[in-house]
Amino acid sequence: MTRRDVGDVLLEVQDLSVDYLTLNGAVSAVSHASFTLRRGEILGLAGESGSGKSTLTTALLRLQRSPAVTVGGKVLYHGDDGTVTDLVPRTDKELLHLRWNKLAIVMQSAMDALNPVKRLGAQFVDVLRQHDPRMSEKAALERAGDLLALSGIPRDRVDSFPHEMSGGMRQRSLISLALACDPDLVVMDEPTTAVDVVMQRTIMSQVLRLQRELGFAIVFVTHDLSLLLELSDRLAIMYAGKVVEIGPSTELYHHPKHPYTKALRDSFPPLYAPLVEMRGIPGTAPDLMNLPDGCAFAPRCARAMDLCLTKRPELVQVSEKVDAACHLNDPQKEPVGAGPSDARSENGHAA
Amino acid sequence: MTTTSTRTEQPRQDAEREVVLEARDVTKHFTVRGKKGSAVVRAVEGIDLELHRGEIVAMVGESGSGKTTVARLLSLYYPTTGGEILLEGKPVSHVTGRKALTYYGQVQLLFQDPFASLNALKPIRHILGRALKIHGKARGAKQVEQRIHELLTRVNLTPPEQYIDKYPHELSGGQRQRIVIARALAVEPRVMLGDEPISMLDVSIRLDVLNLLKKLRDEEGLALLYITHDIASARYIADRINVMYAGQMVEGGSSEEVIHDPQHPYTRLLLDSSPDPGRGLEGDQQSLFDEVGDLGEPPSLITPPKGCRFNPRCPFAMDICNEKEPEKVEVSPGHWAKCWLHQEGRADLLKQRNIQFGVPIETAAAEAGIDTVNAEDILDRTVALEGETTADLGPFQP
Amino acid sequence: MTQPTATGRREVALDEPLRPESSLPGVTGARRRRGAGGRGAYFLRRLGSYLIVIWAAVTLNFFIPRFMPGDPAEAILRKIRQTTGEPPSASQIASVRRMYGNPTENILHQYVDYWVGVAKFDFGVSTAHYPTPVSEIVLQALPWTLFLIGVSTVVAWIIGTILGAVMGWKPGNRFDSWFAPLSTFFHAFPGFWIALVLLWIFSITLEWFPVSGGYDTSVPMSLNNFYFLLSVVYYGALPMFALIFIGFNGWLFSMRNVMVATVTEDYVLMARAKGLPEKKVLFSYAARNALLPNVTGLAMAIGGVIGGAVLIEAVFTYPGMGYLLQTSITGHDFPVMQTVLLLLTFTAIVANFIADSIYVLLDPRAADTN
Repeated sequence: MTRRDVGDVLLEVQDLSVDYLTLNGAVSAVSHASFTLRRGEILGLAGESGSGKSTLTTALLRLQRSPAVTVGGKVLYHGDDGTVTDLVPRTDKELLHLRWNKLAIVMQSAMDALNPVKRLGAQFVDVLRQHDPRMSEKAALERAGDLLALSGIPRDRVDSFPHEMSGGMRQRSLISLALACDPDLVVMDEPTTAVDVVMQRTIMSQVLRLQRELGFAIVFVTHDLSLLLELSDRLAIMYAGKVVEIGPSTELYHHPKHPYTKALRDSFPPLYAPLVEMRGIPGTAPDLMNLPDGCAFAPRCARAMDLCLTKRPELVQVSEKVDAACHLNDPQKEPVGAGPSDARSENGHAA
Repeated sequence: MTTTSTRTEQPRQDAEREVVLEARDVTKHFTVRGKKGSAVVRAVEGIDLELHRGEIVAMVGESGSGKTTVARLLSLYYPTTGGEILLEGKPVSHVTGRKALTYYGQVQLLFQDPFASLNALKPIRHILGRALKIHGKARGAKQVEQRIHELLTRVNLTPPEQYIDKYPHELSGGQRQRIVIARALAVEPRVMLGDEPISMLDVSIRLDVLNLLKKLRDEEGLALLYITHDIASARYIADRINVMYAGQMVEGGSSEEVIHDPQHPYTRLLLDSSPDPGRGLEGDQQSLFDEVGDLGEPPSLITPPKGCRFNPRCPFAMDICNEKEPEKVEVSPGHWAKCWLHQEGRADLLKQRNIQFGVPIETAAAEAGIDTVNAEDILDRTVALEGETTADLGPFQP
Repeated sequence: MTQPTATGRREVALDEPLRPESSLPGVTGARRRRGAGGRGAYFLRRLGSYLIVIWAAVTLNFFIPRFMPGDPAEAILRKIRQTTGEPPSASQIASVRRMYGNPTENILHQYVDYWVGVAKFDFGVSTAHYPTPVSEIVLQALPWTLFLIGVSTVVAWIIGTILGAVMGWKPGNRFDSWFAPLSTFFHAFPGFWIALVLLWIFSITLEWFPVSGGYDTSVPMSLNNFYFLLSVVYYGALPMFALIFIGFNGWLFSMRNVMVATVTEDYVLMARAKGLPEKKVLFSYAARNALLPNVTGLAMAIGGVIGGAVLIEAVFTYPGMGYLLQTSITGHDFPVMQTVLLLLTFTAIVANFIADSIYVLLDPRAADTN
């Protein structure tokens, strides 16, 4: 697996919380999420329905849709000129120059994400000219053609409407569009869920090739953990709105420190490894309106202790590169390994 | 790839292997009308399938491969254009009325979306009770209630009293799918056709539904056709796997043989493209995404390629592949494939560790007349256009 | 060993219409004019259907009097004799017979004659305004209606659509929360009642506006005469205001509702994500898509223009088609009545066709699905 050159800190998420305002009160969709993302890094965000992963990604870019509201925390963007901006309190107007320029998004359905009444080229031109008003329309169209070529799409497609293209081509054009302004970060929200596995491989290999050449960071959101394990440098697992474990993919795969991570990893039948009887996770995801006291995963956890039912575990560093939110890692219960050190962990937590 | 089977279950006894549902050379063409007049979509062709009692057969393919059409044909949703379908040895054709009831008492279809398959306005008691009553499996409120309890227990929704009065929206996705299965079981069918029954469920609950299907096969001798795009889940529960491409079956055999010793290039492509952390993080095999290029898309079913439908994407394509459709070759007992490589004695090409399927992006770009695909170049390049100064616009500057 | 080529042709799903599409990398160069070609064919096909409908309407108009019991032509001729005191001339008899039936003549012959008449826009003579030809009467009234109703419909549409777009963008905010109910409140009033109130306040009591008519009769009627044009605007002001006042609410709400749904679409989120300014997202992405149903509605509404504001025209005594229809009904002037109705049908069909065409121009997806 190719290792990437990872640079300075790009994004620091501290204690981010997003609520959904409903008639029955506020539901916590994302609760105190914290992690750090470096330039050129690929962070995978895995979770099932109700985990809050999609809410977190839209909240990162301040694109959350009502009734979602960011109620706390910071999203610190480190510009390459050294400035640090907290995105959370910024208005849409203030964020305009960062949008797409530095922070781009690829959505799940290209058919839905593209304006159906505008030609593909026009959808590149408007964002290119928005961010570089010196550019003429002709030049912008040229660049649009170039960007499509990056994804192996014929240039004449700039004249096509979205519905005139095949699904795979549309998805690839969405990726080209995301790269139009050479961003620092591309958030991908289930970009390949709607395509077949072979097309997924084509798309992702192109994304990775472009990532190697252009050096943007990726936050990749999906429920397909097996894909993430092959794709990402680091992995964050979300459950019921909280990040329950985060660390290098290899670590999480070989030595998961949270029972949910382990159970999720074991929910994917292997392709080649010997077949054994496997079990999913019993029970169902919790109702976010009625979260239990203590750990949200405890009702389904095979190793739940009494403490788990009463006290909610915090996301803490449990090994050199891994943070997890589980009482089982508590040094008093079970010695974990290296003791506390003075080094700052990659995930933004002081040891 | 090894050829040793590592399945833990023993192969089914021959005595149990009566053929319950069979498709012989089934073909379905659709006529569609478009802007330029009508055309024929050759949705599926030449389907030969046998479903035995106590066996799970998987149909694996991408979207558009025709696998859902096969399910619909087997459930007599459409009439076939050619070939025949036999239930317990007797040919069946598009049925209505009384005959349909008899047929669906034997063959049940499970759909992908558990919520859409259930009447959202009715409680479970009504949903399951209705199935029982229509097919005459229970009479009288007491008997119906008892049978419902039995069904709920069979699908592991216990205690039954907890679920019987619930409405579909009050249940989770996995529970709803179990209700769908229970409803199908209510009529005591010989065969169930599952059209992607787990793909809309959360990942962590898929296994339990799959385990339930396995249990029904083992304990009750159910025959199940499991249609999916996920070859790993097919391997998990199916005894046999058939691979479909562009409306045709291209390979078939026991699950372990097809997975570990694929005999068709498309099967190889499918296997190579399926994420498997075991490979990436442990093995030294080529990573899933390195240097892949453009792997192509399935062809149009209105004008499919001449000869083998996979030939435009196949790295081993020979002249004959573009002229004649390959014939079925039995590679080993029970394992067959339709690929000219076998007749030409070149099947060992399929055993290579790394096969380059895709066209490298540079080649595709060159063919298309796209001049450069170096990302840095494109984003930085000087754009000198007619009427504009030739000043270097430089890197993109917001 | 043959080299593989990435054809990447797309397979057609069963429920999708055909698209002779190719994602062949080899297809470069000539910009695809597929869109225009596809739409051109679409127009022609639709035009054909509409021509058939028009033909059917005109033919129906031919047959109806002939199916009536008795001889309506005779009734009309008798009426003419009564009004004028003298028997009608041979040419007048011929034209009445042509329109309403000649029991002595071969029906096919009649049908051809009838079409000839329609083509020449000759619908016979009016009985109430004998011997003025119907076509003259109708053509006199037509421009007034087109002016009054056409302009007020379009203005109401523009106002309603823009307001609806702005309100739908952020539903529930301050402007939306007081304006929406207010607008609905006024929409609930009957048009003629508003017209009467306006007439009473502004024309009778305050005497700011004229009480009746479409123009100042003391000024010669000519498009080159500035005073005439000025009087047209002056006389039309109140009726138009009445029509706009009651008319814009419908457009407002239909636009607002579609807008609310459109705003949640992914492509609007994408537009925001791209950093496009709010106005651009609102109008170029959201409203542009939400517009489509309203455009269809507009064209349909214009189709109703002619019969449209009968009551308003009556209240203001405005010399348009609605007023004409009303007077011809009360005056039993069959020829005029029938011609107005035929014209009504015709404009509705034409408006429908225009609606179809505009929709296709605005929504590129429409021409693909037939």
